[in-house]
Amino acid sequence: MTEILEKKIGYLTAEFPPLTEFFSDYGITFNDLHATLGETLEGLAEEHYEDMGIDREKLLENLDGFLQRITLSEIAEAPTVSEITIIGGHDKNGHPEEIELTLLRGSVTSIVGPTGSGKSRLLADIEWMAQNDTPTGRTIRVNGQKPDPELRFSLEYKLVAQLSQNMNFVMDTTVEEFVFMHAESRMITAIDTLVADIIAQANLLAGEPFTAQTPVTALSGGQSRALMIADTAFLSSSPVVLIDEIENAGIDRKKALSLLVRKEKIVLMATHDPILALMAERRLIIKNGGIQKIVTTTSREKENLIKLEEIDNKFLALRTRLRSGEMLEEL
Amino acid sequence: MLFKSDVIKTMKLVTISGPPSSGKTAVLVNVIKSLKSSGLRAGAVKYDCLATDDDALFRSLGIPVQTGLSGNLCPDHYFVSNIEECLKWGISLNLDLLVSESAGLCNRCSPHIKGVLAVCVIDNLMGVTTPKKIGPMLKFADIVVITKGDIVSQAEREVFAFQVRRANAKAKIMHVNGITGQGASELTSLFLQAPETETLDGGILRFSMPAALCSYCLGETKIGMEHQLGNVKRIKIKQEQP
Ligand SMILES: Nc1nc2c(ncn2[C@@H]2O[C@H](COP(=O)(O)OP(=O)(O)OP(=O)(O)O)[C@@H](O)[C@H]2O)c(=O)[nH]1
Ligand SMILES: Nc1ncnc2c1ncn2[C@@H]1O[C@H](COP(=O)(O)OP(=O)(O)OP(=O)(O)O)[C@@H](O)[C@H]1O
Ligand SMILES: [Mg+2]
Ligand SMILES: [Mg+2]
Ligand SMILES: [Zn+2]
Ligand SMILES: [Zn+2]
Repeated sequence: MTEILEKKIGYLTAEFPPLTEFFSDYGITFNDLHATLGETLEGLAEEHYEDMGIDREKLLENLDGFLQRITLSEIAEAPTVSEITIIGGHDKNGHPEEIELTLLRGSVTSIVGPTGSGKSRLLADIEWMAQNDTPTGRTIRVNGQKPDPELRFSLEYKLVAQLSQNMNFVMDTTVEEFVFMHAESRMITAIDTLVADIIAQANLLAGEPFTAQTPVTALSGGQSRALMIADTAFLSSSPVVLIDEIENAGIDRKKALSLLVRKEKIVLMATHDPILALMAERRLIIKNGGIQKIVTTTSREKENLIKLEEIDNKFLALRTRLRSGEMLEEL
Repeated sequence: MLFKSDVIKTMKLVTISGPPSSGKTAVLVNVIKSLKSSGLRAGAVKYDCLATDDDALFRSLGIPVQTGLSGNLCPDHYFVSNIEECLKWGISLNLDLLVSESAGLCNRCSPHIKGVLAVCVIDNLMGVTTPKKIGPMLKFADIVVITKGDIVSQAEREVFAFQVRRANAKAKIMHVNGITGQGASELTSLFLQAPETETLDGGILRFSMPAALCSYCLGETKIGMEHQLGNVKRIKIKQEQP
């Protein structure tokens, strides 16, 4: 820590560009690139620290923590997850959910059930790695064991990438700034090209295009989902992927799924869409808050998937015609 | 066999601060429920400015409550002058844990005391730049609780938590849902590791509170140079080139 204080500002900002941003959070801008960091901080009036609501000691502590994260990022890989196990809790009436289900790496499982039955809740239980401390009383094991409680609060290691059902943004930023910050929070390097890729991919999924400068709060429902799908696909190395109702809002769901479902991951998706449901090798039927049944997709069903896709393509073609203002008097 | 008195001998104090409506009470309600279910005695003090309904909420959990309304004083200034009394009250009731909730209204004061577990509660809806705008109540907290994660996407939660991390590198950052209570049991176990507080006499605030000694602090309402006395700070008007 004392070493860094002896380094020149010019060197530091060139070597660790995020530092400029870090100090600007504290209202500190660098004018003299030849001064050392120590001299610069020493030169700040006591009043400046008072106004920022921080003292020099605490600022250095934060700097230390920040630098540790920058250097950590090079080795930040989520621990290997070869399986997760869902141990049943109880349904909405408190009846026990007698189930112990293990999901293996490389598997895709769908979750179906009526509106309000608890599909999103099941995904939330997995994201949270519930330990009998959610409304369902479920317990989640990772590699057969109780996950390290630290992992729940770790900002570095994310076991789970979640594409949730609510996609309303509240942050006051542009698309570009948002994706940039998200990449930064995941300590990803070479951010610039990645951000451009994500925005381009998102535009391929969405209908009406948006630009890097569009405020996230101005995105439509479909555009937000498209952005989040591309963001999740490109930014996350998490071994578990949770997808909640990708089919909504008219985005290209097959393209979306192919982006999200990579090999070697554990994928769960809640859906009301028969095609997506049958694409999974297994589906969980949820009723009244509990997993009621586990069904393996049969080969008959897989064959029907082809027919379903034909029907779907017809339907999509109709939708495209409708969207472009055509009449549907002839089908 | 472990008796209750072996686990906690004297009272623990925890200070909770955070912007208005960030979910402080909602989070505390869940923590208190979980304390009660492990047979511990909790109490609450609420410091606010003008009015609060929080006391009723805490009372409905069956725990003893004190409310302090600061009126035309900064609630945090009021807090420092009164926390010692509240501590004594809590100890006299033989409580295991006393939580003190104060509304952070000026973003510059904070009720955090050296050696007392300090918690700041903020929510995901406050905007990305909020963490750096909140002063010592966030920057000097031991635990930062982020609420309302259910309303935003995972990406937004991560971005927000990262901004918090930049403002406070060492704090434990936790997501707690004030409504479902998700995360509250972890927070409770951290509360139970809090140091015990026997007295605050001679205690030290983690960060000084701003000088509030201008004429307006003393009740002046007229605007203009001639009415300004004492510790007055001038805005620096920058001349922007058009
Ligand atoms: N959706 C959602 N709402 C929450 C959450 N936590 C709190 N709320 C709601 O936010 C509102 C404010 O919560 P309070 O606990 O009263 O906030 P507070 O910080 O104690 O507010 P003051 O004491 O008035 O400063 C309430 O309507 C809560 O139900 C959460 O995690 N998710
Ligand atoms: N086992 C349970 N015990 C208590 N509450 C539950 C249980 N399962 C789900 N819930 C609650 O039921 C409500 C509806 O569940 P959820 O949002 O998961 O439904 P959903 O199946 O995703 O519906 P939709 O198809 O409309 O998205 C939520 O508030 C959830 O917390
Ligand atoms: Mg749902
Ligand atoms: Mg409150
Ligand atoms: Zn104040
Ligand atoms: Zn004043």
